[in-house]
Amino acid sequence: MADTRVYAALLRAGMAGQATYRASFAVELVGTAMGMGLDFVEIFAVFHQVPSIAGLSFVEVVLVFAIASTGFATADLLVGQSDAVIRHVRDGTFDVVLLRPLSVLGQLAAADVQLRRLGRVSVSLLLLVVVLVRLDLDWTPARAAMAVLAPIAATLVFGALFVAAGGIAFWVVDATEVTSALTYGSAYLAQWPTGVLTPVLARFFTFVIPAAFTGYLPALALLGKPDPTGLPDWLPWASPLAAVATAVAAGLVWRSGVRHYVGAGG
Amino acid sequence: MSEPGSTQREREMIVEIEDLSRHFVVRRSVGRLRREKRVVRAVDGISFTVGKGECVGYIGANGAGKSTTIKMLTGILVPTSGRVRVCGLEPVRQRRELARRIGVVFGQRSQLWWDLPLAESFRLLAAIHRLPAERAAARLERCVELLDIGPFLDTPVRQLSLGQRMRGEVTAALLHSPELLLLDEPTVGLDIVSKEALRAFLSAERAETGTTILLTTHDLPDIERLSDRVVVVDGGRVVHTGTLSGLAAEAGVDRVLTVELTAPAEPLGDVPGTRLLSVEAGGLRQHLALTGSAAAAVAAVSARTELRDLTIAEPDIEDVVARLYRRAAATRSSTVD
Repeated sequence: MADTRVYAALLRAGMAGQATYRASFAVELVGTAMGMGLDFVEIFAVFHQVPSIAGLSFVEVVLVFAIASTGFATADLLVGQSDAVIRHVRDGTFDVVLLRPLSVLGQLAAADVQLRRLGRVSVSLLLLVVVLVRLDLDWTPARAAMAVLAPIAATLVFGALFVAAGGIAFWVVDATEVTSALTYGSAYLAQWPTGVLTPVLARFFTFVIPAAFTGYLPALALLGKPDPTGLPDWLPWASPLAAVATAVAAGLVWRSGVRHYVGAGG
Repeated sequence: MSEPGSTQREREMIVEIEDLSRHFVVRRSVGRLRREKRVVRAVDGISFTVGKGECVGYIGANGAGKSTTIKMLTGILVPTSGRVRVCGLEPVRQRRELARRIGVVFGQRSQLWWDLPLAESFRLLAAIHRLPAERAAARLERCVELLDIGPFLDTPVRQLSLGQRMRGEVTAALLHSPELLLLDEPTVGLDIVSKEALRAFLSAERAETGTTILLTTHDLPDIERLSDRVVVVDGGRVVHTGTLSGLAAEAGVDRVLTVELTAPAEPLGDVPGTRLLSVEAGGLRQHLALTGSAAAAVAAVSARTELRDLTIAEPDIEDVVARLYRRAAATRSSTVD
């Protein structure tokens, strides 16, 4: 933890570089917020045709969307660039990262934080608060805790997917297409209730790629509703634990990636 | 191979390399489907040590295995076999701990922040190494003065000339007072004045702080100016270790003493510590290969006849190394046959 100040300094250095291009920064800030607006319009469009999806009303689906979107945007802000390791490897700058007495992931994250993604983080968070107020939930201490933990768990899961994608990039140099499908594909899927999928697919996106834990399942816990595909009722409450497990697994993938680099010499 | 053995062994070792190897597997497509695997032995059983306070030149041609060795010393690359210890640590396993204790300059890649002013890079590195502000300031002040980097401290790194940037890189590597400074081709691409300034700084720094230095270079004047000892590698193997003058003897290249005499003399065939090479101008000018001390030889000659002038020609080191390479190559091909 004593390294926090160091990472803060690295973060400021990375940001100083971005602030150099102030005009484009402002445009991109608005752009990322608008990209999210488009996703939101999609939900409107669907609910224009159907009254509910997987047993969830419009506002309830917006809750799923808001939790997942907050998590995705925060993870993207922090470690969304972890697959840029390949750029560092190609430029030879990765060796320099290894020469510093700091964690490799911490350095890459701090150097590449994309502040423009703050646009989406703040709009998502605002939406989450609004929808939680509108829903008039039956607040218990457990639900209150879940309301706080859900976006954090979602951040952890998406962060894990980004980091795992970065780890894979060490092994397969041109894997960016595949790993982007993993990260951005999951993010798109996570905005919708996983309950609409067939039971097999729903389980795939719960236990293999844990996208369901980023929005849908925590939302069920908050709403007190069952899953139509038959997942047990306690599972939604395990979302934070699942997120931690995912993060640990991703950490291992990342480590093996770095080991592979060190073993192969780039 | 005359290591000053006993004193070496008693001294604390900063770099210990024992039977170190690193092989790379190169895959290459042959035809449409078949892929051929070939093992390249970049480093193939190297052993040497660097004692505390020493400056060792690690020399060899391109592809001799120099950079691969440096990468293994810094923990960037895992050895295929053998043992490496740097500052008593295992480089790969204790990478972060080691990074606090060594400074590295790669001639070809920068550790500075491209978009930031040079001074900002130093501030960041001081934070990374958790240097107390006053210590960082003192170190920086010294480098600013000796390397003359003051005028461009506020310039973004990307706008610096190569010479200016290298001075910045060396400052960056020394900011945390490392026990070991690893320099990988530090003068590559620099003009003569910048090279000389850098060499002067490094030798002053060493005299002042006793920093251990391991230096890889193509540039033999770097070695002549800075190092006490050289390790010559070729084809991933050590072909010579010892002093620079020992290197000349090893390769069979001698220093040449040329004496000009006031009157013609008999050929000086039996001066102790010399070997007569040739006689010119009827004995007025004679060339002697020095096998011992120059002073003793000059004294012996002047005891016999009157000297008008003398010169001592040092062997051309490029020549010496080229010879060693050729010889190593010859031994390699003969063992293969």
